[in-house]
Amino acid sequence: MNAIGDAPALRARGLRKEYGREAALVRAVDDVDLEVIPGETVAVMGPSGCGKSTLLHLLGGLDRPTSGDLFFRDRRVDQLSERALAELRRREIGFVFQAFQLLDELTAQENVELPALMARSSPRQARRRARQLLEQVGLGERASHLPSALSGGQRQRVAIARALVNQPAIILADEPTGNLDSAATVEVLRLFGALHADGLTLVVVTHDERVAATSDRLISMRDGAFVEDTRMANTGGPDVQFLAGLDG
Amino acid sequence: MGPAVLIWRLAVRDLRRRLTQSVLLLLVIAAATSTLALAFALDGTSNHPWSITRAATAGPDVMVETYPGTHPDLNQLDALAHAAGVIGTSGPYPMASPVLRTGKVTDPVFAEGRDETMPTIDRPNVTNGTWVRPGGVVIERGFADQLNVHMGSQVTLDHRPFRVVGIAVDTDRGANWRPQLVWVTRADAVQLAAQGDKLAYVLNLRLSDPPSAPAFASAHSSPRMFVATWQQIRSSDEKELTVVQIVLLLGTWLLGMLAIGSVAVLVGGRMIEQIRRAGLIKAAGGTPQFVAVVLLAENLFLALAATAIGLLVGYLVAPVLASPSLSLLGSANSPSLTAPKALIVVAVAVAVAIAATVFPALRAARSSTIGALNDPARPPRRHGTMIALSARLPVALVLGLLLAVRRPRRAILTTVSLLITDVMIVCALALHSSFASSRSTDVMVSQPGLGQPLLARVDSVVLVVTVLLVVLATINTIFITQATVLDAQRPSALARAFGATPNQVSTGLTVAQLIPALLGGILSVPAGIFLYRIAARVAGGAPNASLPVPWMAAVIVGTVAVVAALTLFPARAGARRPVAVVLRSD
Repeated sequence: MNAIGDAPALRARGLRKEYGREAALVRAVDDVDLEVIPGETVAVMGPSGCGKSTLLHLLGGLDRPTSGDLFFRDRRVDQLSERALAELRRREIGFVFQAFQLLDELTAQENVELPALMARSSPRQARRRARQLLEQVGLGERASHLPSALSGGQRQRVAIARALVNQPAIILADEPTGNLDSAATVEVLRLFGALHADGLTLVVVTHDERVAATSDRLISMRDGAFVEDTRMANTGGPDVQFLAGLDG
Repeated sequence: MGPAVLIWRLAVRDLRRRLTQSVLLLLVIAAATSTLALAFALDGTSNHPWSITRAATAGPDVMVETYPGTHPDLNQLDALAHAAGVIGTSGPYPMASPVLRTGKVTDPVFAEGRDETMPTIDRPNVTNGTWVRPGGVVIERGFADQLNVHMGSQVTLDHRPFRVVGIAVDTDRGANWRPQLVWVTRADAVQLAAQGDKLAYVLNLRLSDPPSAPAFASAHSSPRMFVATWQQIRSSDEKELTVVQIVLLLGTWLLGMLAIGSVAVLVGGRMIEQIRRAGLIKAAGGTPQFVAVVLLAENLFLALAATAIGLLVGYLVAPVLASPSLSLLGSANSPSLTAPKALIVVAVAVAVAIAATVFPALRAARSSTIGALNDPARPPRRHGTMIALSARLPVALVLGLLLAVRRPRRAILTTVSLLITDVMIVCALALHSSFASSRSTDVMVSQPGLGQPLLARVDSVVLVVTVLLVVLATINTIFITQATVLDAQRPSALARAFGATPNQVSTGLTVAQLIPALLGGILSVPAGIFLYRIAARVAGGAPNASLPVPWMAAVIVGTVAVVAALTLFPARAGARRPVAVVLRSD
């Protein structure tokens, strides 16, 4: 994991994503410039349909931009092949989705092992790492459960453990608390706080102000463009008091 | 090691998770591989049993038979016995045509009068008991089996009691050539003929050049005698296998086509789920190739299991079908499932697995990862003209038409699937119609009465193939209906939100399935008769295929009724889901 002060973990220049043509043209992401420095937690907020999820998908190589440049640690990635993008996602990027996106037929442990095995870790190493991460997110006892036997918060914690299994340079989270109740939201925020404290780079798309409140930087989006980019007061670590307040 | 473990894990878990679909896919491919293996196994098994029997019984090269009459002319037979090229004879033997009775069975038979010692030419092979003696009858083995008589059984010939003293096999009285044959002593045959007032004589000839038998027969043909060559007799006895092979080949083709259709239905029905799964794997860092390998591993696993089943079925069932009957000695060749033939079966199954993989893999590769995760369903095409045309129709019919038009490929698949099945049903009915009217006697039916082993054998093969086709078509229809119901959930819920009743929606769903069913049923009648005529021509028979109009109507109405029954339950269940739940979960 990286420390604050290195070269940008992620850099986008003139990033644009368009759908449709002519009169029906929609610019989901419109000329976005962004730099995320290592160890930083960036929250992206905005109304529904403003393009924040699309931006996150572009940053993570899940979708291709119409134009613009995208660099991952000074390596241009927007023109990589599908295979190279897959390898980049596998080793350098961890994704957390609102709908968890776990494979229903695999247990929690096996879901976490999946990216590790894909990255050619040995089965034993993958098992050990997955077990360690599940313990870390408080699900050591439920490792052998299928996703259908877990609560929403537990599923999201499994998804976070899966995102971490290959020790990625950056975590991209799309509405990670969008499907969770308050208690589960707190669990996830605590986890993100701990990751932030460990120096992990996080970009979180959210509607939830509580999530934004724990970030170093808050970007507001409207109609596909950034309208505000604010450094938060709690730079340097999670707002422990805030989290404690949520507990109460 | 890691990726291999993962591929295995993903493939096995997914197969286990959708166990019903996996089993059905396995059955579909297994049905196709089984018939293919059977067709291969039966190929070339026909000659040997007849040849073995002919060698063991010293079968004649030419058999001459005078027509039954009160004063048969034996001079002509004597002239033939001394004709050029003849190197040996046996007979002439008197032959009567009494009626045999045993228990409740009554059947006209041919009773050939023989000496109590065996001749050098045409020596029936006694497989059980002894040869003829006064008051004793020896029955041809296949016929004895049909009559269910055994050694020591009592029978009557034209009301005269006889005891069964032996069971024998003979080539010149084979299963299809003259199935109702018994042997008695010369004296008994003459007495039986005197009772019935009709006597024929049989003379067996050995030629110096057996292959020239047809030329000999045509050179000595006479309106007062029937002359048959060993080639004709063999051809008659082998027709059984020829017809069975043609039916199987036809069935294999139809089953193969239907299996491909079934795979398309099953794979297509899972496409949305598979695309989402592919998106998930890609989001976790899987390449499109990795996704393809996972899909291939699943389908390959099923295909290889299906191949094993198919080869086993071919190995076990082929001898039963290939066994020409009890009328010949030995058995059919062991199923000739040689390594190259088995490899072809494997190759076909693997090809099916690859075909089942290619489309979802290509779609998964083409679609963006996030597109696959969020909205994998391909939007249906809108047909404005059709919508405008349907404006005046009843609500249920409009909904049905819209559903059918939304997914034209699915409708075509349903039509083709039912068409293929109905074609086989029409062929089977045409065959029965042909048997019933004895129109194609030269191929299908040799004699009336009990002795129609060919009819029974072909009938059972047609039945097996038809049942397999019906099972596959039912699976197809159920899956297509399920896919249609799932696909129609949102438009149906919207229609209900705007005032359509659950009954109108479920009727609409049923109509959507009935349109292709009706089309498949109607097209199957001419297609089936056409196919039957081709098959009959290939088998060397008279291609007189006609199907009574009520039977044709029954095929069409039956198809529509079965599809309606299969559709109604899921359609009603789908139409009764609360609108809010459907729209919320969309």
